[in-house]
Amino acid sequence: MALLDVTNLSISFGGLRAVDNFNISIEKGSLYGLIGPNGAGKTTFFNLLTGVYKPNEGIINLDGNNITNMKTVEINKAGIARTFQNIRLFKELSVLDNVKVGLHNRFHYNTLSGILRLPSYYRTEKIMNEKAYELLKVFDLEGEADYLAANLPYGKQRKLEIARALATSPKLLLLDEPAAGMNPNETKELMDTIRFVRDEFDMTILLIEHDMKLVSGICERLTVLNFGKVLMSGETATVLNDSRVITAYLGE
Amino acid sequence: MTKKPGINQAKADNQVDTNIKSNNKNSNGTIKKAKMSKSTRDNMITYGIVPIAFIIVQILEAGNLISNLMSGLLVSFCIYIILAVSLNLTVGILGELSLGHAGFMCLGAFTSAFFSKCTVDVITFAPLRFILALLIGAAVAGLAGILIGLPVLRLKGDYLAIVTLAFGEIIKNVINALYVGRDQNGFHASLKDALSLNMTDDGEVIIDGALGIIGTPRDSSLLVGVLLILLTLFIVLNLIKSRDGRAIMSIRDNLIAAESVGINITKYKLMAFSISAALAGVAGVLYAHNLNSLAATTRNFGYNMSIMILVFVVLGGIGNIRGSMIAAVVLTLLPELLRGLDKYRMLIYAVVLILMMLFNWSPKIVAWRKQHTTRYFINKIFRRELKPANIDQNTADQNKGGQ
Repeated sequence: MALLDVTNLSISFGGLRAVDNFNISIEKGSLYGLIGPNGAGKTTFFNLLTGVYKPNEGIINLDGNNITNMKTVEINKAGIARTFQNIRLFKELSVLDNVKVGLHNRFHYNTLSGILRLPSYYRTEKIMNEKAYELLKVFDLEGEADYLAANLPYGKQRKLEIARALATSPKLLLLDEPAAGMNPNETKELMDTIRFVRDEFDMTILLIEHDMKLVSGICERLTVLNFGKVLMSGETATVLNDSRVITAYLGE
Repeated sequence: MTKKPGINQAKADNQVDTNIKSNNKNSNGTIKKAKMSKSTRDNMITYGIVPIAFIIVQILEAGNLISNLMSGLLVSFCIYIILAVSLNLTVGILGELSLGHAGFMCLGAFTSAFFSKCTVDVITFAPLRFILALLIGAAVAGLAGILIGLPVLRLKGDYLAIVTLAFGEIIKNVINALYVGRDQNGFHASLKDALSLNMTDDGEVIIDGALGIIGTPRDSSLLVGVLLILLTLFIVLNLIKSRDGRAIMSIRDNLIAAESVGINITKYKLMAFSISAALAGVAGVLYAHNLNSLAATTRNFGYNMSIMILVFVVLGGIGNIRGSMIAAVVLTLLPELLRGLDKYRMLIYAVVLILMMLFNWSPKIVAWRKQHTTRYFINKIFRRELKPANIDQNTADQNKGGQ
């Protein structure tokens, strides 16, 4: 059974059907790409998946659970984490604390033990620090752990966002244009990181990307969106060579 | 929070960059520890200022160096400090604007004064009575914070400011119209006048409308005030550096991202706001037990007061707890020190406000201050050569890594 199963998903803003009758099925452990021209509805689809918007029609199933009308927080707990097209870090928090916020729902102690510094505070904080450093190490950020997130260079901010999303230990990771604004070297490094994350964490990854080098380099399957509708889905090589897809991107 | 410009520089230099990475891998633990002790040291300074100031005041008082007027103000300083620190939790840490802090203080003051006056004959041990009054005042103010926050904090935008502003005024006016008395049959309340309480002859009016509560036991003192400041600091600083504090600050920094990693927005907004309100209640308890007669006037619980507390927070630095304390003391002290200048008093006060604002927030002055730290001046006095570490600790750390 597929990890993510979306059937007949639609949403309209006024008269515009931003996502129209959308179907997608993503197997566990796959690296899946969602591409399409600007304004095709890719980010809207991410927002539907994570409960930012409520769909007009359709069903979203994650690992057999219907998560269609859940709130963002519940969806995250159900197992979807995401990054954002325009980076959304906690800028005034340290890099380490950004990841620790991601760990928030996995390690608990109550408010009182936090204020009174009871043993459970020290115990849990120690585990959280270890886990956070483990994640930072994956993204080569452990040296910047004490910097404010706002002071990281752009590429590292993107990585930190992924680390934070992974900290919530999701089943499905959504990456919204992870390579946007990166130079070719950084993109290549990012591709390795994404592959590593998939293998190391046994993660299922769905990503939106415009950089075709990255898409063709790491995605196993693709779905192409155009004007809110699925243009086609299939193996990466087949999709990228399809004349309809080329037309949608480049025009007639 | 200090900015760390050093990192961009390191990024530019690739060789340095890789060296840093390897260096950090080797000495990861030590770097972590060093930084943690820095934040602990920061907190220690914040705590330390309070007892040191207390001791200095005691010495001055023993040497008769403080005017009567000033020693009368000492508890007020404590009250303002608690108010400023607690409001900073809402404004600086949660990032919501509240204009009704005096309202919560008012609630804490009246409920605790009511309790103390009722039990003054029953509980003769003053510290116990005061602690109970403290708990009641804080709990009622905190509860009011939850009741107000519950509908308002779900909204995005400046609604909290508007609602808390109205709340502060409503509380003040309701208490001005409230009459509560006690006789052998129990408590009587009225919103009309003392006569309509319909009490028997032995009845005693406890809350007398606009006259308020007269005869609250004076359990507050400078020592109590200082202890309460330390309690407030303990709660606020420990909260900030905990799991919940991180959640609260993540909401401030980016609400959408906080939601996306599973932070319960309403819960943590409410938590911060109600703790802030409860601490304002603590300040109210201190205030009520420092006076013989407690009445809700525009001067003590009006919106002017709320704004003044906000001024302490803004001038001390939003999110800067120590700054709030210092600003509260300086800005309360100033009008008193300037009393001799008579009609120019408020003019100078305004000028000082502007100067403090510039000193804290003007980018150029902030940059200048970063370079001219205390260590810079110490080195200058002793004619030591200025090492890069003294200008920017961070850059220096990285350079060391690169060598």
